[in-house]
Amino acid sequence: MMAQLTSSERQNIIAIGLAILIGGFTLAILGRNDILGIHALLFVAAGGLAIIVGARNLYKPEPSEDRSQSYYDDPSKVGIFLALIWGIFGMFIGDWIAWLMAFPDMTFSEGWSSFGRLRPSHTTGVIFGFGGNALIATSFHVVQRTSRARLPSQVLPWFVLWGYNLFCLLGVTGYFMGITQSREYAEPEWYADIWLVIVWVSYFGLYIWTLARRKEPHIYVSNWYYMAFILVVAVLHIVNNLAVPLSWGSAKSYSLFSGVQDAMTQWWYGHNAVAFFLTAGFLGMMYYYLPKRAQRPIYSYRMSIISFWGITFFYMWAGSHHLHYTALPHWVQNLGMSFSVMLLVPSWASAGNALMTLNGAWHRVRDDAVLRFMMVAAIFYGLSTFEGSFMAIRPVNSLSHYTDWTVGHVHSGALGWVAMIVFGSFYALVPWLWKRKSMYSARLIEVHFWLALAGTVVYVFALWNAGIIQGLMWRTYNDGGTLAYSFMESVDAMRPYYVARGIGGLLFLTGTILCLYNVWMTTRMATETDTESVDQSVATLQPAE
Amino acid sequence: MFKTHYKLERNSVALALGIIVVSGIGGLVEIAPLFTIDETVEETQDMRTYTPLELMGRNIYISEGCYACHSQMVRTLRNEVERYGPYSLAVESKYDHPHLWGSKRTGPDLARVGAKYSDAWHVAHLINPRDVVPTSIMPKYGWLAKTPLEMKDLSLHLKAQQRVGVPYTDEQVENATADAYAQATPESAGQDGVLERYGEATNVRAFDGDPKTVTQMDALVAYLQIIGQLTQVPYADNNSEKKGE
Repeated sequence: MMAQLTSSERQNIIAIGLAILIGGFTLAILGRNDILGIHALLFVAAGGLAIIVGARNLYKPEPSEDRSQSYYDDPSKVGIFLALIWGIFGMFIGDWIAWLMAFPDMTFSEGWSSFGRLRPSHTTGVIFGFGGNALIATSFHVVQRTSRARLPSQVLPWFVLWGYNLFCLLGVTGYFMGITQSREYAEPEWYADIWLVIVWVSYFGLYIWTLARRKEPHIYVSNWYYMAFILVVAVLHIVNNLAVPLSWGSAKSYSLFSGVQDAMTQWWYGHNAVAFFLTAGFLGMMYYYLPKRAQRPIYSYRMSIISFWGITFFYMWAGSHHLHYTALPHWVQNLGMSFSVMLLVPSWASAGNALMTLNGAWHRVRDDAVLRFMMVAAIFYGLSTFEGSFMAIRPVNSLSHYTDWTVGHVHSGALGWVAMIVFGSFYALVPWLWKRKSMYSARLIEVHFWLALAGTVVYVFALWNAGIIQGLMWRTYNDGGTLAYSFMESVDAMRPYYVARGIGGLLFLTGTILCLYNVWMTTRMATETDTESVDQSVATLQPAE
Repeated sequence: MFKTHYKLERNSVALALGIIVVSGIGGLVEIAPLFTIDETVEETQDMRTYTPLELMGRNIYISEGCYACHSQMVRTLRNEVERYGPYSLAVESKYDHPHLWGSKRTGPDLARVGAKYSDAWHVAHLINPRDVVPTSIMPKYGWLAKTPLEMKDLSLHLKAQQRVGVPYTDEQVENATADAYAQATPESAGQDGVLERYGEATNVRAFDGDPKTVTQMDALVAYLQIIGQLTQVPYADNNSEKKGE
């Protein structure tokens, strides 16, 4: 991991570690009378680790000069493992709390293990831990290949990767202790938020710096998406997390906005976290790994332009569909609904572009589970974006909102689209990165594919049923003109579906564990001697015109 | 159009700026006017702020993630109004930093739960929900009744609330800790101060049934009992034509 770093870079790592250590120590002292005092020790530990790693390697031999002729892939390799470990953690918590909804006492009596604290650990673990690390790892790989340029720094990528994981860790450990802002998918408190801003600005800097050094005249589509992901998430993160802490020594803060404005800001963030974190970034992944694996150019260059700008523009209007029939003014609700429906056009243009790219390579899809992961991802992307637009229509939303249908919809996107494209991309990428002939076991990939697909289908069907039954029970009147069901009757009716969901989640989790095993075993296989150089052509990526 | 793009995609800075501009429009158009259009939030005369004890209860509600399963937003739909009560008005969450409108009803909506059940019911329900609702799937929160409420930095809480725009008076900020103690300790010397600063209708009770110590349970129940009760406007008669539909 440190072998490619020059001694001045190792010194830089020690300096950065020292800065984090001092910052963390200051925060711990300021917060000594608060829970912040304990939480800030994570910064101290992270800084200390960086110093130790830097110091232990300080006098190792300098790397050879010809390293600049090849790509810098070590951060991507570590990122893949981090993503899978976070994925297993997040999915484990997710399945645990899924079972809690059928058997509520299947937990410990301490606060950390209660549903309300585990739930954000699940969402943070899978969205930011699993998804975010996968995005960082693949973006480093893709930007170098499509630019034919090596990452310009060997320290910054590590800072971005480990700094980002520190943020995830701050989030999850915080929830266990009851530290949360309650803003969905933005729960970490102010100090973790500020830390993420620092990391994220470095990420953007690194990305644009690499692009600036590119040898390809054009910036490939994947990079548009990765850039939109980095930039827009930064804007969303900063605006949504504006808050006033009690003091510099307190973990608690109060959001700057209140009530209706706060709700709108939060769902503007929340929906666009889906758009730019869970969609744009992963579309970037798809636009690179799918054509590479299928060995066919992207079907339409123009469709990719239309869908990119369509997604960038329309999505930002759609957040208010989370607030239909609430105290949010009607005009905002209507704008949100209208743009959500329009959003189907660029969404399906992307999904269609992916599937049309596979047209002519169906025999490969049949034989290759890796490509099948990607195809299923594109199909689920199309399905869940259609479902999303449909659910954003006010009368549909009056039935679906607040029910498990929403949860089913989210998971059709998260499991069916996001996780599937990650698995497909990882299985394609791992042998390239580690220079192996193939993955350790094609058979395990096949098993993983069917586990993941079965898990997703069971999960999504269970919650479609659950949600629609729930929604109907809440609004059904009997002949006398009064409500037919008590709320508890609707809870009781959910039980079989919650059990089914727990089983679906377990299948999916099992598949992810197999994936980690398969990747680990691949890295232990013998190396193929075929080094990929910066000057290698990226001709297969050129879109058909 | 595609020719222009052909140029744009050769310039990383222009592409980045383009993304910022194009993505910025939606949020600007939908969010900025919510701060300037007066009709967004209704006017009321009787709206009061949370007492320090209720505010701490609200913070426990946040810490425990209650919002993940309970909404606090009755929608403008007939069945919701008949099930829960009058639909929610924007003004009711005017002092809510952050809002807790929620997004999921694994359990029922709580916007009208205040003053609906007794304190004893809430305490029993929080300690073991299945004691009072046999098929409930809510987690147990037994430790709340055993954990004393942290009250020493309550003035800081109110001060931060002041900074984000909640109209706490300096007197309320100064007396925050004393008021929290007094609200959960009936017949104590500070009781009159609480009523004077937050209104005669403020609940002053041993919410968890034990007047000796102020626990997290006291705070959470005090909060649950005030949800939807900070203003009486939603329940006013002149609103009834909106209510039933």
